[in-house]
Amino acid sequence: MNSIIVSALLGVVMMFSGIFTTNKTAIKNVAIAGLLILLFANIADTYGWYKITVDAKGMLEFTRFGLLFNSIAIFSTLIYVILSGSDFAKVGTYVAEYFALIFFVLCGVSILSCYNTLLMLFLGVEIMTIPLYILAGTDKKNLKSNEASLKYFLMGAFSTGIMLMGIALIYGVNGNFGIAFDIPAPTSPIPNYGILLPLGLLFMFVSMSFKVSAAPFHFWTPDVYDGTPAVFTSFMATVVKAAGFIAFIKLFQTHYFQLLASWKIILPLVIILTLFIGNITAVFQQSVKRMLAYSSIAQAGFMLFALYSNNDLSNEGILLYAAAYSFATIGIFSVLVKMKDYTFEGFNGLAKTQPVLAATTTVFLLSLAGIPLTAGFFAKYFMLSSAIKQHNGFFMVIIAVLFAAVSVYYYFRVIQAMYFKQGDAETTEINGRFKLGLVLLAALIILLGVMPNMLLQYLYF
Amino acid sequence: MPISNYIIFCLTLFTIGIIGVLVRRNAIIVFMCIELMLNAVNLLLVAFSKMHNGVAYLSDKSSIVGAEAQVFVFFIMVVAAAEVSVGLAIIVMMYRNTHSVDINFLNRLKN
Repeated sequence: MNSIIVSALLGVVMMFSGIFTTNKTAIKNVAIAGLLILLFANIADTYGWYKITVDAKGMLEFTRFGLLFNSIAIFSTLIYVILSGSDFAKVGTYVAEYFALIFFVLCGVSILSCYNTLLMLFLGVEIMTIPLYILAGTDKKNLKSNEASLKYFLMGAFSTGIMLMGIALIYGVNGNFGIAFDIPAPTSPIPNYGILLPLGLLFMFVSMSFKVSAAPFHFWTPDVYDGTPAVFTSFMATVVKAAGFIAFIKLFQTHYFQLLASWKIILPLVIILTLFIGNITAVFQQSVKRMLAYSSIAQAGFMLFALYSNNDLSNEGILLYAAAYSFATIGIFSVLVKMKDYTFEGFNGLAKTQPVLAATTTVFLLSLAGIPLTAGFFAKYFMLSSAIKQHNGFFMVIIAVLFAAVSVYYYFRVIQAMYFKQGDAETTEINGRFKLGLVLLAALIILLGVMPNMLLQYLYF
Repeated sequence: MPISNYIIFCLTLFTIGIIGVLVRRNAIIVFMCIELMLNAVNLLLVAFSKMHNGVAYLSDKSSIVGAEAQVFVFFIMVVAAAEVSVGLAIIVMMYRNTHSVDINFLNRLKN
């Protein structure tokens, strides 16, 4: 409960800080301090040092899993603000408001990791996405940003409508909004409720697939991620997406899948299609930003394995995946924001002009591709081994590994451009602190790649 | 009236909303269709609420079973209002730049 309340309060504090000062660095420092407070509040909640107790009537359930995910999300946001916070001013003048919106998104994320009823799921999703519609359209004069914002808004509202229909149908059969239920009461007064329940679950599945951009409901993702100002794409593609997955897994972890008998066919199809579309389309992109948008679809395919196998190993895996993917993507985007040209050619010869940026970006890309000694390797390893443990799903694992090999191609294209091509990659001014931040983040990724238990131990101790 | 009439009616409204979102090209009308979808859900929730209450009423005259669905409807209304305020602002912002609210304009991002 701490993180929900504190993040909402901090959002208001950030809004007011915009009145008292227009100094962008000061506002950024307030945001960093706020995130540190938020992180501490969440950790205090995890270990029971100090808890704000509000009787939520069982609508929220605070598990170690959800609280650890909160910590990961808040920590990722902290890294994100430290690395990219000063670039907010390039997008528009209302810097304090952007930070306020980010805190409100974090409030939604905290609800999504701890919800226990469909009502809180709905509220969490809305609190998380409505500020994002605004963030997507912050570059008001830019048509691409307008388009991204409108498209994101229409798709988001549409999928929310579908989700609500699913909730209504499940409620009709079940009689309450709890997410854990076994088999509907045989005394249900609805004739033929046998059709309604699968229909409702299917609606929920479709709408959550929309939110996490799993194929075939991914079509909005590349346009939105491409049109949104790059600083905010970074946040949308990492923390928000991971939170969507946590909500998805929490929802279908209970008894939902046993009820929806055909999920055993649907889900593997969705995973394979997501991996296929994400990876194959990413190969043909000319812009690094758009390539990262497709790569986020491809990574979503891997994260869906947590839903497919759904055991202890996959729960650990999704947390590790959320951390590895968020850290690496935030790092790449923070470098991308500094580039003048977002195409692959724009990275030509970066290793000569900015060796530190090139080296750290290489680490981030290796982590996304899942090369050993980086966090991305163990994240993928946990996902795939959980699938083997649960379903003996060798077929799925082979397909996933093949697509991971495809992904190496387009990630290495950036590395090739940076190290082996002639050119003078132009960047905006880069200070020493930014470089230090990147190096520390790269070190963290390698550390997680060597000792994934460094993160996962917090799930149990 | 049997509950199935309500279910069919709400699903029909909902389908009209979905078809409107997919077919119409005017951003405001697409938006209205989304609202139609939400209102179909509201209606269905109220109908189910009454139904569950009716079943519980037989055994317990002071039962409040089903009240939560009506609370849910209020939440949907509030959230829909928040969404309208953001959505209309986005549409106005787009209109200022292009002097049109046509969705076909969105296709420009594809390349």
